[in-house]
Amino acid sequence: MIEPTNSIVCNEVFKTFGVGDSMVRALRGVNLQVRFGEMMALVGPSGCGKTTLISILAGLLQRDEGELAVLGTDPSALSNHERTIWRGKNVGFIFQQFNLIPQVSILENVAVPLLLRHHPKRDALDRAAKLLEEVGLKGRELTRPSKLSGGQQQRVAIARALVTGPRLLVCDEPTSALDGATGQKVMGLIRELTAAAERVVIVVTHDERIYHFADRIAHLDDGRVTHVSTPAEALAESAERMGDAAKRH
Amino acid sequence: MRTIAIKMLFGDTAKFYGILLGLSFATLLIAQQASIFVGLMSRTYALIEETPQADLWVTDPTMQFVDDTKPMQVTALQRVRSVDGVGWAVPLFKGLLVAKLPSGARQICDVVGVDDASLIGVPARMIKGDVSVLRKPDTIIIETRGARSRLAQPINPANPTGPKRPIEIGEELELNERRAVIGGIAETKPTFQNVPTIYTTYSRAIGFAPANRRTLSMILVKAAPGVSVTELRDRIARETELAVYTPDDFAWTTITYWMTQTGIPINFGIAIALGFLVGVAIAGQMFYNFTLDNLKYFGAMKAMGATTARLLGLVALQGAVAGVLGLGLGLGVTSIVGLAIPGDKLAFKMTWHIPVIAAAAVIFIVVASSLFSMRRVVKLDPSEVFQG
Repeated sequence: MIEPTNSIVCNEVFKTFGVGDSMVRALRGVNLQVRFGEMMALVGPSGCGKTTLISILAGLLQRDEGELAVLGTDPSALSNHERTIWRGKNVGFIFQQFNLIPQVSILENVAVPLLLRHHPKRDALDRAAKLLEEVGLKGRELTRPSKLSGGQQQRVAIARALVTGPRLLVCDEPTSALDGATGQKVMGLIRELTAAAERVVIVVTHDERIYHFADRIAHLDDGRVTHVSTPAEALAESAERMGDAAKRH
Repeated sequence: MRTIAIKMLFGDTAKFYGILLGLSFATLLIAQQASIFVGLMSRTYALIEETPQADLWVTDPTMQFVDDTKPMQVTALQRVRSVDGVGWAVPLFKGLLVAKLPSGARQICDVVGVDDASLIGVPARMIKGDVSVLRKPDTIIIETRGARSRLAQPINPANPTGPKRPIEIGEELELNERRAVIGGIAETKPTFQNVPTIYTTYSRAIGFAPANRRTLSMILVKAAPGVSVTELRDRIARETELAVYTPDDFAWTTITYWMTQTGIPINFGIAIALGFLVGVAIAGQMFYNFTLDNLKYFGAMKAMGATTARLLGLVALQGAVAGVLGLGLGLGVTSIVGLAIPGDKLAFKMTWHIPVIAAAAVIFIVVASSLFSMRRVVKLDPSEVFQG
């Protein structure tokens, strides 16, 4: 049942890669609901299906089976071209490695999603400049990405992700390339800038130090969502696991 | 977005200069070798170009090119003159003779003997003297290039290998033991054989040449007013059984001989092909690598909503910009090299076909490498952006 307050609904979503002996079942019946205005963290061990799940939610991959609704649309039911257009209108991306184009200024980098959609250049650059101001990079608009620290580059990536005003923001390990303090600042900024009733943020992370920024934590293992918890519960579970491990040693 | 695509190209300095160098070098090799080839080929029919008065050239049927003189009997001239529609027909002698220079040195020269009465066939551009000097006894006209080089005389006669000066009007040569006085110096187009050309009257030329029953190298014909040149050509050929050419046909016959009977086109063709391969190997490979390096950014763009067509447009734009710059630079350097080498040392002639051919080659290189690059962009899975 898809409730109108849910921005994302996954019912028994399956995804398999390859065929025959090389077949890998990446998702084995994922069930997940994410509400509008919520920041949901996806956590779990490597290979549990986190990346596959966000790729399907963001319309980069298609599910094989199951029921899926993202912002009221099943992106897997769209054609490749329609899905591309849908992504451009609805999804913002923050990547682990920033993926900023090194040869152009950060202002132009932020404007790229608008320019790709044939937005007027002047307006795109104005909007990019405004967002750079919001992420604290005013005055550095013409700087190349390589001249910035990792934290600053991720701020540029945040501005780029938000420049089209997406309703779904997908963050893939946004702090893994940053030191702890910078990671906290970056997540604080994401939380601050994305807080909106009509927006949903999905964060894939291994970094327990940023759990508290999320509203809820979805735990994945072996291609399924095993349970959903609050950040406090997730941290308690983690501490318990660490304690058990220490006792065993 | 176009600006960003171009900045991406320019911003990767090492690859951009590699692509530019590859395309420029390929263009340079293709255009320069082709220009020299065309220059050399155009020299093979310089005599035809220097004689614009003739509508038709009549030769022995076995003659294969303009320097391949097969003398005819002098009666051939009367037979041609008797053909209906001939305005005038004049004899032309052409042959290689050894000239003894004032210094005592000997030099092979191309002797052209023109009609004694009309002097048709004498170069139009006289640098010193006048064509009418040929009416004086034993007089010849030489061309300025030969005067400055092969016919040049030592400044100090006691030191024949020392510095030289151009040979001048009034100085004498010996042609087949006969005196020949330089009466004028003309400007002519360089010839393929690159030996000095001597112009004199027909009767004097056959006197310079070793005795031969057949002395008539060619006959120059002008059609009578209102007579079709092609019809006249066919009529003369039919009635005299001699070979008859329009100037264009004769030039092409000459070029065809050099193209088919010598290794010149193969040698130049190999150089041009090498230039093309250099372009493919360097520029094509570099451009492909450039796209591969940027694949993760294209992937990110695809994830952010860029359609495949949009991305292909950006790759095509980058290829086109690199192609235009490489072609322009290559053609520019080719032209500068062609113009910078003084005199006629380099047979360089860049006709409009050559930039077109070079452009076609560059377009092929750029399109081929762009297509390979585009293939990667088309196959790019945007979900790869989440895989580190």
